[in-house]
Amino acid sequence: MTEATHGKPRNLLQPGERAPDFTLPATPDQYLSLSELRGKTVILAFYPSDWSPVCGDQMALYNEILPEFHKLGAEMIGLSVDGAWCHAAFAEARRLHFPLLADFEPKGAVARAYGVYRQEDGTSERALFVIDGEGLVRWSYCSPVGVNPGADGILGALEAMNADSLVRIS
Amino acid sequence: MNMTQLSALRPPVSFVDHTMGSADAPITLVEYGDFQCPYCYRAHPVVTRLQKKFGSRLRFVFRNFPLSELHPHAAHAAEAAESVGAHAGEAAYWKMHHAIFEHQQDSDDALDDEHLVRYAADAGADSAQVRSDLASGIHRARVRSDFLSGARSGVNGTPTFFINGARFEGDWTSPSEFASALDDAAKVAV
Repeated sequence: MTEATHGKPRNLLQPGERAPDFTLPATPDQYLSLSELRGKTVILAFYPSDWSPVCGDQMALYNEILPEFHKLGAEMIGLSVDGAWCHAAFAEARRLHFPLLADFEPKGAVARAYGVYRQEDGTSERALFVIDGEGLVRWSYCSPVGVNPGADGILGALEAMNADSLVRIS
Repeated sequence: MNMTQLSALRPPVSFVDHTMGSADAPITLVEYGDFQCPYCYRAHPVVTRLQKKFGSRLRFVFRNFPLSELHPHAAHAAEAAESVGAHAGEAAYWKMHHAIFEHQQDSDDALDDEHLVRYAADAGADSAQVRSDLASGIHRARVRSDFLSGARSGVNGTPTFFINGARFEGDWTSPSEFASALDDAAKVAV
């Protein structure tokens, strides 16, 4: 509990660890698996719930930065324990252009696998993961639940990965 | 990637920015704002009062951070202001800046292109030029560059303020808290 409020849950997946695969509803009738995105960089943004003001701002921000994420070769995915219909309404209201996955049944199973489930209120932490094309976590960060972590950490991680791959090529 | 890096202004204020006040001022206040954001509307008179209070000790800088998907007129409002600045100068830019915020809540269409062009003409710009700039999107890259600098500097919503390059983590709706943060920055700067 105290660790979580300091922004560092004990089991938060760390760089170098394998990102657990999952299959979750992206819409009421479509599923998305992490393994389908193998070969691409994936940003996973866990957030506590649709509609709460801070989440709205955070997802709205990522929505605006989406072209830069794409330029850096990354796909953005939002996840919360809300159901697919709730996500659909939220995404439509905020005009979001990236998928929101419903970690709804069994509730929070993916959040648990990534070490960011919040037992005390049945939601997930506000946690970010950058996963490389081989399915390894390259960067992770957990923000206090009430604080929008912004995008600078993600952008920094993506740029470091791109610089790294350039070095490896040359 | 530690926390201290997360809240520093990148890039620092330079000649490309819209600034009000002297470059020698001990306090530089940067706002990342969205012309259609209701919180920025509320922040606008707060900033004006701080400018009055601190006078020549304060330099104010505005950078664009439009959340266009939430605020459909925000991008064009920013581009119209840039157009005014580019063609009619900094004084006209600031007139336009004030006009946009002052009119933001007039009506639902207060920031549509027709209104923006009218505010631009009142600020001293050529309305045909502004109209043509909005159509061509020539200032879009500048606005985007402001936006991305904000994203890199840890801006996570609007308005976000930086005082002498460090993100202001306090409550901008509290005049005393905001003013004392500026005072503290001035003491460090001297």
